[in-house]
Amino acid sequence: MIVAEIKPLEEIKEMVKDKKGVLLVGCNTCTAVCFSSGKRELELLQTQLDLSLENPKPAFWQVIVRRACEPEMVTEISDYTREVEAILCLSCGIGVQTLSDIFPKKQVFPALNTSFLGRPEKLGFWQEVCVACGDCILHLTGGICPLSRCAKGLLNGPCGGSHEGKCEVSPDIPCAWEEIFTRLKEKNQLNMIRKTKEPRKVIRKPRYLLREDIFEDEK
Amino acid sequence: MKSNLERVLREKKFAVTAELGPPRGADPDNVREKARILKPYVDAANVTDNQSAVVYMCSLAASVLMIEEGLEPVFQITCRDRNRLALQSDLLGASALGIRNVLLLTGDHPSIGDHPEAKGVFDLDSQQLIQLTKKMREEGKLLNDRELTKSPDFFIGAAASPFNEPLEAHMMQMEKKVESGVDFFQTQIVYDLEKFKKWVSEVHERRIDEKAFIIAGVAPIKSLGMANYMKNYVPGVSVPDAVIKRLEKASDKKKEGIKICLEVIDEVKKIKGISGIHIMAIGWEEAVPEIVESAGLFPRPAFKE
Repeated sequence: MIVAEIKPLEEIKEMVKDKKGVLLVGCNTCTAVCFSSGKRELELLQTQLDLSLENPKPAFWQVIVRRACEPEMVTEISDYTREVEAILCLSCGIGVQTLSDIFPKKQVFPALNTSFLGRPEKLGFWQEVCVACGDCILHLTGGICPLSRCAKGLLNGPCGGSHEGKCEVSPDIPCAWEEIFTRLKEKNQLNMIRKTKEPRKVIRKPRYLLREDIFEDEK
Repeated sequence: MKSNLERVLREKKFAVTAELGPPRGADPDNVREKARILKPYVDAANVTDNQSAVVYMCSLAASVLMIEEGLEPVFQITCRDRNRLALQSDLLGASALGIRNVLLLTGDHPSIGDHPEAKGVFDLDSQQLIQLTKKMREEGKLLNDRELTKSPDFFIGAAASPFNEPLEAHMMQMEKKVESGVDFFQTQIVYDLEKFKKWVSEVHERRIDEKAFIIAGVAPIKSLGMANYMKNYVPGVSVPDAVIKRLEKASDKKKEGIKICLEVIDEVKKIKGISGIHIMAIGWEEAVPEIVESAGLFPRPAFKE
């Protein structure tokens, strides 16, 4: 899922303080699951803004969309936006951009910092485990992604900073390559990493995905 | 033409290299002065590349200043600050400027350096960079197979980590580097001789020492603070408690530091499979002449053209 956290209150106050009406839009998918954009977070943020902003302060409204990244679902909340000057969006950056596109006359503010693609490890603790690189090699690395979990994103084994399972960057960060090594060794699959992998061939430019089998061009 | 370091190693002389840290500034005399100190006592000197992810004068420029002083550089280049375009063009430029030894590194992570917010490039890693450099040298081609007008001529070096666990994982890295085209290794600093000997026997068992020269890293400790820092913060260095205790007791820490370094060199010289020492006395280059002389490694071999 996409993991995000709410921005510091001061930063959000700066965005909305001069607005007359602000609609708080939550998203009920990824970022709600990580406790950043559900009903509870919307209520809490509105209360905090109400209590801390000086008069004249904005009037607030709230609405939650199922997925803020999907234009069709965002269009459904058009009625809520009519009266407001600005939208404060509690969703990942994709949702913020969708709202900005669908409501070009409104000011759309991001209330969250989108952190990464990750998963919950414990309650209140998430880890980045994918960088959406576009060329998955998890079958070769014991199901552990070195691009996201190795600080340097190395493709060919641990660097000299890896020691006793820890990364040179921080003793709190496990060395992904040692995890990969250990898992492949257990599976008797060290051959998977014995040969040097070639430099990556994915071209880094704005990416699109077009599926011919389902794509319908509206002409 | 072969580098001086390569000739020393191929003629089975015990090699001595040192490290020259470029200054944080645009001052060429700083490099020249260090080069003049080191020149008679070493076969070549490594020029560090923004070491520990801290900004210094670039290693290419400092290497050229060293050549002008008559000291042969081992040009260190990391994958941290350059993508594949920059790596290739810097290597071509280095060869054109007369650099004959390179040490190819992944590089420390920017977050441990002096610009922790910097983007780490890591477009390639050291394994891929070794393969690429060998390809340029042997096949005269770039990564994308385009032909070079002239191949670079390098003696290819890489780092080895004798103290990192698990040993098997790091041994595998070394074997991969040899397969990719490494001619020589320089190891992380040795203080823990017991562990080092165990590592060398593993290297020997895998016949890595038959395929590449192995130069053991050594370094004089200047102070107790430095010893503790190395023990706790420098990735891949193991400082035994016995060493710390000796420094604690010593009244003259510098003298004791050099003494410990000489003892390590004495032991390392006896180990089969070790072809030389690499003295990492960054910020204390003046210690190198004393160490080389006291270790009985002076004068250095000289070759007629």
